[in-house]
Order: sequence, then structure tokens, then C-alpha cells
Amino acid sequence: MIKSNILKENPKMKILEGSMAVAQTVKTCKPNIVSAYPITPQTHIVEDIAQMVADGEMQADYIKVDSEFSALSALIGACATGARTYSSTTSQGLALMFEVLFNASGMRMPIVMTVVNRALSAPLNIWNDQHDSIAVRDAGWIQLYAEDNQEACDLLPIAYKVAEDKEILLPTMCCMDGFVLTHTFEPVVIPEESLVDEFLPSFRPDYVLDPENPVTIGAYGGPEIYTEFRYQQHNAMINAEEKIERAMNEFGEMFGREYNLVDGYRLDDADIVLISMGSLLGTMKDAVDDMREDGVKVGILKITSYRPFPKEKIYEKIRGIETGIVFEKDVSIGMGAGLLNDLKSSLYGKKQTPSLYGFALGLGGRDVTIDNIKDAVNKLKTSKLDDFGFINLREEVL
Amino acid sequence: MSSVQLFAPGHTACAGCGMPIAIKLILEGSGKDTIVVSPTGCLEVTTTRYPQSAWGVPWIHSLFENAAAVASGVERTLKVLKRDANVIVIGGDGATVDIGIGALSGMFERGHNVTYICYDNEAYMNTGVQRSSSTPYGASTTTSPAGKLSFGEDRPKKDLPAIAAAHGVPYVATASIGYPKDVINKVKKAKEIVGPKYIHVLAPCPTGWRFDGEKTIKMAKLAVETGLFPVYEMEDGVITKVKKIKDRKPVDEYLKLQGRYKHLFKDDFKDQVKKIQEIADKNAEKFGLDR
Repeated sequence: MIKSNILKENPKMKILEGSMAVAQTVKTCKPNIVSAYPITPQTHIVEDIAQMVADGEMQADYIKVDSEFSALSALIGACATGARTYSSTTSQGLALMFEVLFNASGMRMPIVMTVVNRALSAPLNIWNDQHDSIAVRDAGWIQLYAEDNQEACDLLPIAYKVAEDKEILLPTMCCMDGFVLTHTFEPVVIPEESLVDEFLPSFRPDYVLDPENPVTIGAYGGPEIYTEFRYQQHNAMINAEEKIERAMNEFGEMFGREYNLVDGYRLDDADIVLISMGSLLGTMKDAVDDMREDGVKVGILKITSYRPFPKEKIYEKIRGIETGIVFEKDVSIGMGAGLLNDLKSSLYGKKQTPSLYGFALGLGGRDVTIDNIKDAVNKLKTSKLDDFGFINLREEVL
Repeated sequence: MSSVQLFAPGHTACAGCGMPIAIKLILEGSGKDTIVVSPTGCLEVTTTRYPQSAWGVPWIHSLFENAAAVASGVERTLKVLKRDANVIVIGGDGATVDIGIGALSGMFERGHNVTYICYDNEAYMNTGVQRSSSTPYGASTTTSPAGKLSFGEDRPKKDLPAIAAAHGVPYVATASIGYPKDVINKVKKAKEIVGPKYIHVLAPCPTGWRFDGEKTIKMAKLAVETGLFPVYEMEDGVITKVKKIKDRKPVDEYLKLQGRYKHLFKDDFKDQVKKIQEIADKNAEKFGLDR
């Protein structure tokens, strides 16, 4: 059995459900306050945390709030009082948080939240796609996307380290695909608590709500100052790129698992680059391996950091490649899709950039197969296509 | 008063505004070891325009409808980090009885040790006098205007103290800035009780109610003296104290002084004054207001 071999080779490795693995990693980050509202498919994460708190295994206070709106609002109050904070939500919950998302970032609250990616209503659908988090890309949150459960765990301490950096102070979403990751059992190594302690210093904000040193937080800003608030937020997001890279490198040295803002897979001699975020990458890697066997020079660009968007790193990786195909589980209704649009805008005016095509797929939990990926590549090679379209559509019901 | 250091003059509230009076009385009662959470509203925009602040106590504002949730986070963090402070929300009626009632219900139900104080000026004053569900029957606002077919607001005030009490909140009180010591004492009393507390304070708005700014305190007293705003305390769901009124005044003595009720004294709507008198009479009966 392959599995038992893996476990024998690495005694720290466990077979855990993605949600449980995330919950156990949250514990190692030692948040003081967890505040969350249950919503499928995020529930297992918060249930596991609630149980650890109930068993005294986790020293956090879990605020059982009345809505996602209150979940994030309570964390603003907690963070402003000096707490390290955690929440998790998905889809409708994230949409309900919309106003609070922008507010938390504007107030520079380094809250960390696992966003379990799920489709948005209507029609009501509890299954996976990434429309939810991509729709809030402008909220001023760092957004990191996990390819597998190990990454969903490891991104958490990295997220806290970057978010709480005093030159950054931006809230952070660690995004993981609903069901595909959250409800899947995979071998994972939970980051060792003692190493996380070393990697992640305690949260010591400069300003907190304290009667001994009264400060006003969340003041009203008129036209004479509002732009400067946004400018600083924007710069912090841009500067976060270097900080994330540094934190990932440090994490790699301490934990032995390497991460990057963007990664290439079989890209070196590729004529075609497939680009995506999240769990789709696993399927795409299998498709690429197959196509390579057939002599198709195809590789993959994995985007882990969507905000900040590492423009130059992306360009370095795909420069000179003829064609790029973006596979994504979201649609910017009527105007392409999030990642496609951002890639186009970031490459505009640069030389030797690939022609980019985007495909929406896997929406509302529809399975994406290796053949879907191969078909898309073949289609592009054999026919003239629009720059964006849907694949795996059921023509018979349209 | 020590509250002078806790809430500085120089804020931009209208002349005669009842809200800063309420704030001073609240801080007088709560003292310096207080953290104030406020929703969006007149309070926030008139006291914290960046880079200035009137607040001598730590103060936080996040959004319009989430002050009770923010306060919940503040309170739990103090507990977890083993620090101590009196956590108070001071918010207007719109933020409290309308848009923030969900978060407030959650805060009550979870039993946070927070005193939530609503300063009630009976409409959305910050945005230009639109009706809230705390706007009283018959009042003309910009969204419940008096007109040929309209006598103004056609629904009675939402009874938030009763809603608070229904949550099992250990201490619920109403107060009016017309009686400063009563406001201070109620805040002091709330401070000593562990758990969620709710105090509903009437704070007249000269701009929205359309009266002279010098009459704010008079108006705050008349609302009580007519029986339209009963002042009482509830402990564990039972009314324990009521401010009795000697020679309760007819409501028109209060209504006539305010532009928002002016239309009621035209022939078309005269019977509405009777209805408002009935509201006051019912309050008197319910709370035993008459001495």
C-alpha cells in the first residue's frame, strides 16, 4: 500500500480530513478569539475548533455569533483590543461579510480567515467554485489559494506572519476549495506547534483599545485624507509580495515544505502554459503529464498569491510562451473571469507575452476531468476561439 | 465634572444637540476605565473627524449595523487577555432599533458583559431626518412626510426596551437627558451588573424635531412629563422603578413646540393629536406613571 509507506516514512504525517487538518493548524497559530457562523462546506472546520475549545485543547474563546456579518465584526473588536483572531466562511457567508471585509482592511486589522470556496446563489448551490473569493478581490485582503490540504494548512502560519507584520497589517484569506479539499482525507503533516511558536511571534499591536492609553480607532475621514488611507493600503498590499515570499522561504527552511507566490510545472520548454489557482491544479498536472507523453509541450503556472498579484514573477515565468490557457472556477458575468482579466491587465504592454484564453469550468461543483483539460487544449490548437468561454457545457439543456 | 476630560468640547454637533449631553452623562457614570464602541451616525461623524477626536476614552467605530458585535469581540478579548474595562456601546436609534438589531440580539443572547446605550433622537438625523422605527406616531420626517394624505409617521415607536427584556437581559432602563442625575445613576448601576445591559436614553434633536436649540432639556423633560416617554428600570424582566409624574401634562404642550408635529394642529389631522394622547394615557396606565 502506497499510503502506509508514506506514513511509515514520515511519522508526523497523518491521514486527516482537510477541515480537521486546517482546524488543527489553526490551533498551532494560537488565536485568542475565534468567531464564526456555520455554513456548508465550512462547518467541519469550525466544529473541529469548537470541539478543541470544549476539550480544553485550544486556548481560544469561540464566539458563537448570530451571522457572518457579526462574525467578522466581532473580530474587528477583538483585534482592536489586541487579540489574534480567526474565522472561516464561504460563499453566502462571505457575501454577507462584504461590507465588513472592506472595513476590516481599511482599519488595518490583521484578521486571518479560511475561505472555503463555494458557488454563489442563485441558483442555490452548496458545491465548489471560486466565484465567492474572487468577487471580493478588491476588498483589500491578501488572498492565498491552496492547491491541496497540506498547503491549506501551511498557508495559515504564513498568513498570520505577513498579516501581522507592522509594515503590512492587512487581513488575509486562505482560500481552499469546498468539498474537494475540505471534505477529502489526505496525508498531511500538521505544522509542529513548537516550530510555529518560533516561526510566528506573538501578536503585539502598537495600538489597542486600552483606557490607560486611549486611542480613537475607526475615525471618519473626509476628502482631505481618504485618498491617503487608500494609498497606504494599496502600498501595503504591494509590499506584501516581498513579505509573503520571505515568510514562505522562512517557512520552507523551518518546516521543509517549499511554497512560492507562483510556481511553474514542466514550464521550461513549454509552448502552452495552463494557468490556475487551487485544487484544479492537481487535475491539470495529471493532464499535462499525459499530454507531455503525447509530445505536447505544455506546462502549468500555479498562482498561489492572487492578492497581491505578483505581476513580475508571473511575467518571468511565462515570457516567451506562445499560448496561455486560464482555467478558472469563476465568471465576471459578461466580462471574462477574474484571473484571466488580471493576467491580461498585468501583461498589457509587455513583450513576448502569450496569447491568453480563458475557460470557466467546474462551476457549482461540476467535476473537472483530465479529459476536460485536454479537450480545451486540443480545441485551442484546432479551432479559432474567443478569448473567453465555458467548457463542458450541457448544450442539450440550453 | 470629570467627564470633561473624557469627552472634549470642539466636536461639530449642532447647537443644542442632545447627543453630546447624553455622552457626557454616560461617561460621568461609567468613568475613565471605559471602552466605547459606536456605530456610524451623528456621534461618529461629529466627534471623530480625522485627525481630531473628542474622545478621552478608547473609542472604536467600525460600521453602522455591527456595534454590538464589535463590542462582543472587545469584551471577550478583555476576558481572554485578563484585562478589565467597562465596555459600552453608544449608538443612535437607527443603528440600534433598525439596522443593528440582529447584532444586538446576538450580543444580548450570548450574555456579553456590555452596556448598550441607545441615544434616541427618533429618526435618521445624520442623513437628514428620515424615519426610523423609533420615530413616534404622527411625526413628520423626510421619508414619512406630512402631506395632503399623510399625517406623518403612521406607526408607533418600536419598543426596544421590551425586546431587550425578552432576551432575559438582567438590566433594562430608559432615561431622558432632561434628568441628568438619573442618566448618570443608571449607567453607574449598569456598570455593577455583570451581563448585557440596555439603556434607552431620549436625546432630543433640535434640527430634526424643529425646535429652538435652547429648549433641548425642556423638550427632554416634556416627553417624560406628558407620558410619551416613560422612564423606568427593569431588573430580570420585572419593572422595579418608574419615574412618577405629578400632574401629567397634555401631549399638545409637547407637540406644539416642535415643527415635526406642526401639521397635526391643522384641521385635517386634529384627531391624530387625540391618538397621541391615547398613547400617553396607555403608557401611564401600563407603567403607573401618574402620582
